[in-house]
Amino acid sequence: MLQMSAMDSATASPSPLTHLQRLEAESIHILREVVAEAERPVMLYSIGKDSAVMLHLARKAFFPAPPPFPLLHVDTTWKFKAMYELRERSAAAAGMELLVHRNPEAIARGINPFDHGGLHTDLWKTEGLKQALDKYGFDAAFGGARRDEEKSRAKERIFSFRTASHRWDPKNQRPELWRLYNARKAKGESIRVFPLSNWTELDIWQYILAEKIEIVPLYFAAPRPTVERDGMLLMVDDDRFRLHPGEVPVERSIRFRTLGCYPLTGAVESTADTLESVIQEMLLTTTSERQGRAIDHDQAASMEKKKQEGYF
Amino acid sequence: MTAYRPDALIASDISAYLELHQRKSLLRFLTCGSVDDGKSTLIGRLLYDSKQIFEDQLSALENDSRRVGTQGQAIDFALLVDGLAAEREQGITIDVAYRFFATEKRKFIVADTPGHEQYTRNMVTGASTADLAVILIDARKGVLAQTKRHSFLAHLLGIRHLVVAVNKMDLIDYDQGVFDRIVDAYAEFAQSIGIQDFTAIPISGFRGDNVTTRSDAMPWFTGPVLLDHLETVEVDAEIDRIKPFRMPVQWVNRPNLDFRGFAGLIASGTVRPGDPVRILPSGRTSTVARIVTMNGDKDVAVAGESVTLTLADEIDCSRGDVIATADAPPQAADQFKATLVWMDPAELLPGRAYWLKLGTQTVSAVIRAPEYAIDVNTMARAPAKTLALNDIGVAEIVTDRGIVFEPYAESHDLGGFILIDKLTNATVGAGMLDFALRRAQNVHWQAVEITREAHAQQKGQQPRLLWFTGLSGSGKSTIANLVEKKLHALGKHSFLLDGDNIRHGLNRDLGFSDQDRVENIRRIGEVAKLMTDAGLIVLTAFISPFRAERAMVRSLLPDGEFFEIFVDTPIEEAERRDVKGLYKKARAGEIANFTGISSPYEPPRAPEIHIDTTRTTPEEAAEQIVEAIMGVWSPTL
Repeated sequence: MLQMSAMDSATASPSPLTHLQRLEAESIHILREVVAEAERPVMLYSIGKDSAVMLHLARKAFFPAPPPFPLLHVDTTWKFKAMYELRERSAAAAGMELLVHRNPEAIARGINPFDHGGLHTDLWKTEGLKQALDKYGFDAAFGGARRDEEKSRAKERIFSFRTASHRWDPKNQRPELWRLYNARKAKGESIRVFPLSNWTELDIWQYILAEKIEIVPLYFAAPRPTVERDGMLLMVDDDRFRLHPGEVPVERSIRFRTLGCYPLTGAVESTADTLESVIQEMLLTTTSERQGRAIDHDQAASMEKKKQEGYF
Repeated sequence: MTAYRPDALIASDISAYLELHQRKSLLRFLTCGSVDDGKSTLIGRLLYDSKQIFEDQLSALENDSRRVGTQGQAIDFALLVDGLAAEREQGITIDVAYRFFATEKRKFIVADTPGHEQYTRNMVTGASTADLAVILIDARKGVLAQTKRHSFLAHLLGIRHLVVAVNKMDLIDYDQGVFDRIVDAYAEFAQSIGIQDFTAIPISGFRGDNVTTRSDAMPWFTGPVLLDHLETVEVDAEIDRIKPFRMPVQWVNRPNLDFRGFAGLIASGTVRPGDPVRILPSGRTSTVARIVTMNGDKDVAVAGESVTLTLADEIDCSRGDVIATADAPPQAADQFKATLVWMDPAELLPGRAYWLKLGTQTVSAVIRAPEYAIDVNTMARAPAKTLALNDIGVAEIVTDRGIVFEPYAESHDLGGFILIDKLTNATVGAGMLDFALRRAQNVHWQAVEITREAHAQQKGQQPRLLWFTGLSGSGKSTIANLVEKKLHALGKHSFLLDGDNIRHGLNRDLGFSDQDRVENIRRIGEVAKLMTDAGLIVLTAFISPFRAERAMVRSLLPDGEFFEIFVDTPIEEAERRDVKGLYKKARAGEIANFTGISSPYEPPRAPEIHIDTTRTTPEEAAEQIVEAIMGVWSPTL
């Protein structure tokens, strides 16, 4: 196992800060600024690897106190079982309150990824998030988005302002200079805060490795029941999965590069079952990370459009 | 076209590879150039050549290049970088975008800022966190006004390393003569604005010459290629480490009665348990007990790290305070000279209060009218009354309480600040403290109350009551009007009370008996006093014939605010002028109790200002009054 000597314990004459140490310090600084300036912060917790890193940073930022805000999971009821298990365990380990919100309208209408396509994301996630933020009156919400994920995110601020109706206006963003963040807002308005803005996928993996952060086992390869559809490998995680006539789940050694609703998340065939081998595979692969997520596959500007509408 | 090709070490020994990559340092840099200088192309080229482009991204890029690209069938690298849909349509970048790439030696964060005229704001934003700036020059065009502007802004924001990348060398046949002439022209300009040093590199972002690999087409160039240079320059964080210790306190960590930790990011220096420290602004001292982290206590922490410190003594310390090395602490002050960059469509309102955020301190601050503005194209200084979007100027700033600071040249963390509009909450400006004008008299925190002083401070002036007294027709209103116009032109907030706006409204129930005259003056005095409480400079133009009433009004106001101005016109002269024909009527017995004829006028014995209208024109009189007022203006405001 690798160790980050300068990060764990000090030496008599410290070496220059590494890029991971600088990223960690920046993220912790951001987390503390929000707690100092916002009235009711919350951390959006999606249970993925980025969320795991963000939660770990929050624990470090406020140690020995637990992070002084709750975790919020905007649930779609369609996440992988293994994600729900880690969710409970992580919240308990951090000593934090866990809030779970499921859009009642989506429940009532039985919205699911098989029948409803884009409406599934829109109702469960976009609308669900707005409902939850309004319900609890949160005025600042941490999210684990990174600028390297997608072009429209590359120009979003770390403190990203939302109107009372949760809209993002890319042309009217507050300039961010030095380490100074403007968290002031009118009543009803809120900010989304992205402490991992300057991290890349490789940084995330390296940090998970160095800090021994627990992540969902689905990131590691194991034999799992799968079907192949439209060039994507989908995992049959429970009996709600609707098999097409003649379709039979096949056990394959797979892992996931990103996690979401299981019927929408493509797996890759892999034998990488340790962090090092996952990173190795990631570095040797020739496609970018979000390819496994069905949501981005439409036109290039889709994410920007979703964000203006209030998607995280 | 080839996409991402992984390092051989990844396949052969992943642990060794990760070990190597964990030790990498981080360089943040900024690229600036005009719309067509090829900035996005250069960044796209760096991402591409440093193997950050994946197969799916490359195929999307090839599609996009054919669809909306500007390079014909060739790959348009700019499309990798230009993010928002709106800008793709316009074919230009419109905001600051951050890109990431890494090499064997370093991780890089690139701030990409647009070059066109109206976006000084974006460039300043990108420059504020950069260790280095790459200034792009189109080899065909040479040093342009924009080149100078970008260099000036980079220098203003204190970027230590400047790279002048002369781009599109392929379009001028890699001509060394052209390159040398551009470098000479740039050197001359750089020296004129105080840039000590820069590195010039001839490149072609489109073809990749001298970007990551040495160009065969320019054997005459022996300097470093761009990427080599980026991999080896010294990073700011290393320089900050050798300065005295300072940590702005972000948050006090108090999980229980036994633990009290001070959380913050170390702005400069090094800290160890046992170090004597001083808390600013209180000046109290203690020693560092522990450096607490979740991974165990540390023996030492350095600039750039986020830490939690505990102190040996129970002393007051909260968000906004600065923990500093005990024997070389920073100062506190409440008046500064600062360089400002205005970033909002609504222009700066001198005298108005804004929130000023510096480090972890947020205070109310008034910016006085700028001393001058700087033309970013010519660096010329010009007088300015205000600053509009993208303007840069120098002004004095007065904060409502002392703040702990260092000049920006010494510390970006304790010298750089943003200004926030109190109503819209927008970040309207950024600034760099140059120096303090005086040390804070009172460095204690105060509750912000809207006091008389707060009203005045917001208007950037001291309240005054200019009480004009004199016979009817002596010229009080004429002079008072001229004085008010001059005050207004100086940006002062004033109001003139005269017969027209008082007699017809507030006092319309009063006649001209002695009793009513007294009540008339009493009411005017009270109204004028309220207006001075609101911070205004009030001018009144009434005969106010009795000394007692004038003395009564004087007593309503703090010492030094009441200015009795005697407009001295002999009755013969006033009667000769008789502007309104009132003397004629009075002599004819048509007006009772007319001052000077049927009612007495008691001239002031010791007026602050005495105007003899037989020797002074109204214009001269007004000039004299304004001068007298401004002369006794407190130097603090």
